[in-house]
Amino acid sequence: MSVRTGTAGTARTTVDTLSFATAGSVDDGKSTLVGRLLHDSKSVLADQLEAVERASASRGADAPDLALLTDGLRAEREQGITIDVAYRYFATARRRFILADTPGHVQYTRNMVTGASTAELTVILVDARNGVVEQTRRHTAIAALLRVPHVVVAVNKMDLVGYAESVFAAIAEEFTAYATGLGVPEVTAIPISALAGDNVVEPSAHMDWYGGPTVLEHLETVPVGQDPATRAGRLPVQYVIRPRTAEHPDYRGYAGRIDAGTFRVGDDVTVLPSGRTTRISGIDLLGEPVDAAWPTQSVTVLLQDDVDVSRGDLIVPSAAAPALTQDVTATVCHVADAPLTVGHRVLLRHGTRTVKAIVKDIPSLLTLDDLSPHPHPGRLVANDIGRVRLRTAEPLPLDSYADSRRTGSFILVDPGDGTTLTAGMVGDSAAGATACGR
Amino acid sequence: MTTVASTTAGLPTGGTPHLSHLDVLESEAVHILREVAGEFENPVILFSGGKDSIVMLHLALKAFTPAPVPFALLHVDTGHNFPEVLEYRDRAVARHGLRLHVASVQEYIDRGVLKERPDGTRNPLQTLPLTEKIQSERFDAVFGGGRRDEEKARAKERVFSLRDEFSQWDPRRQRPELWNLYNGRHAPGEHVRVFPLSNWTELDVWQYIAREEIELPGIYFAHEREVFQRSGMWLTAGEWGGPKEGETVERRRVRYRTVGDMSCTGAVDSDATTLDAVITEIAASRLTERGATRADDKMSEAAMEDRKREGYF
Repeated sequence: MSVRTGTAGTARTTVDTLSFATAGSVDDGKSTLVGRLLHDSKSVLADQLEAVERASASRGADAPDLALLTDGLRAEREQGITIDVAYRYFATARRRFILADTPGHVQYTRNMVTGASTAELTVILVDARNGVVEQTRRHTAIAALLRVPHVVVAVNKMDLVGYAESVFAAIAEEFTAYATGLGVPEVTAIPISALAGDNVVEPSAHMDWYGGPTVLEHLETVPVGQDPATRAGRLPVQYVIRPRTAEHPDYRGYAGRIDAGTFRVGDDVTVLPSGRTTRISGIDLLGEPVDAAWPTQSVTVLLQDDVDVSRGDLIVPSAAAPALTQDVTATVCHVADAPLTVGHRVLLRHGTRTVKAIVKDIPSLLTLDDLSPHPHPGRLVANDIGRVRLRTAEPLPLDSYADSRRTGSFILVDPGDGTTLTAGMVGDSAAGATACGR
Repeated sequence: MTTVASTTAGLPTGGTPHLSHLDVLESEAVHILREVAGEFENPVILFSGGKDSIVMLHLALKAFTPAPVPFALLHVDTGHNFPEVLEYRDRAVARHGLRLHVASVQEYIDRGVLKERPDGTRNPLQTLPLTEKIQSERFDAVFGGGRRDEEKARAKERVFSLRDEFSQWDPRRQRPELWNLYNGRHAPGEHVRVFPLSNWTELDVWQYIAREEIELPGIYFAHEREVFQRSGMWLTAGEWGGPKEGETVERRRVRYRTVGDMSCTGAVDSDATTLDAVITEIAASRLTERGATRADDKMSEAAMEDRKREGYF
């Protein structure tokens, strides 16, 4: 392995990775779009296609049903719907892709939240015959709340509306106005037919009036990667490495993955929540000493002083430490079957730290159809999105989700059985602020 | 092998560092390994001697350096292993000072608890010895080298996947996995399967092996071997029971893309004797790894899902 710092000027030899998610109502053709993307980008191998052809024929279909490429569970194939997120991997010469193929059904909104939480782009499908419907608004709101940087609206089934520009234009306009109102920074509208393959990978021969990119072209060229390296440093401590061997009797390293910022040997740092300050005396990048490290490298940091540091602590630059708080206000999506109620005692997991917390208030529930706030619902049930106020047993170094998707997010966990209850985003969100009546 | 762009190469002063995709995958896998070390009492690494588990062990060695790997290994021994792979396993254990647990299918057959199947494949028979070993040793986290690109049921798998006290996977009741916040909480008797290589593809694994110069068992490279054809696959002849009557043995130049039970792991015709040649061959292949070499996945459309539900890895 050759890992060195400071060797500027080496040409970039590898391609980027784009993580993206798909969303859309049941029967909008999401699985078909994903199947088409995989198939037409030649990411489906012969044995997979043969299995799909065999399964399609045994179901009495005349053509291979590309949705069968992705519906991986018995229950999904039986019902013809996607129940849970599936992750797909494909690559073109320009980029590698991790696709979170998420369900459209309202009952599985939480699974869309799962897919969107790590996505840099969301493709929302709309059936050209039906236009923007309730589920479209719901998925757009979730993409906005989770701050997915890029949103694509793919107006599907254009073949069934005679490839009419006016149909596409009306839907694109309505969708863009809605998404922009939610604070989505960038919307791209593309008219497609996933079934026929128009504008998915190959440009359509039926829509001369459209001059934009195909879905794949857009995925290949959209700019990726915010720049977490320029933000204030955040290193959650995962594990303390203490070999206590003859070779390394005194080695004590703090292992973690850098969430944000640049850490350099010699930096003055503060350990939170204790607030103790010290200096970085060394950084090991998986066994190789380096001068500096960046997101999202997994590193081991050595400190000059023998301060008390353990799993759950956060190492930050002394000059840019976040405030500590025990009162958390957040937009949340409730993901468990059992409801979340005021007075509920939970565990809050932020970074590598888990603390006890209590639900002090649920000021509002977001009505996703029209984004109107419903005040003081008293509880949130599965797939609800709302505002929550929590009090934690110990102070936490929280960033706003608007500043950082990594250090501004948390989950609530049931202390009894360990169920993941709720996904939380700290602070105000553009959509949350308007929608939740703040 | 050419060196892949390193993490910090190409970094202009004050500019954005560029991590290669292998750096990103490596860093994520290390993060997952360390999360388990921090959250669980008694984790274990499932180690088959195949390339994925070899990569997983390599990542664990890097994740905790200069300290030793804080996990033991667990091998599910089908009794029909490739000798080269067993030899590799024992060498790895000795070299890194690891502790090895073995769950033996043959022992279960000898005791009469499991019966040999008519088709001779022992892959489905691994589930019981595995899950009983997990229970008896009280492992609370079990690392698997499974990748989501392998199979469509695996594509549904979480990185941290809760198994009940019967080791069962219920794909419809998985915990949502949000951001990089992995939830490993579990009740006594339950355990969590952890897949640090979830986001890796077969090609990523090979490119990483090349970059890190990781040694592999020789069966991954082209060699001459006595094989016979069954259900369109080249199976190795051996004491496990192949070939049957009417199946003829021939000597061919082959290599393996996966390592498993000899009764159901097929070889592919190949001239690839080096890592570069293997990578070129895989990049051009029109067949998936499992489609090309695993008989057990062809049994039904839901073969993998059904085995996973019962506790298979």
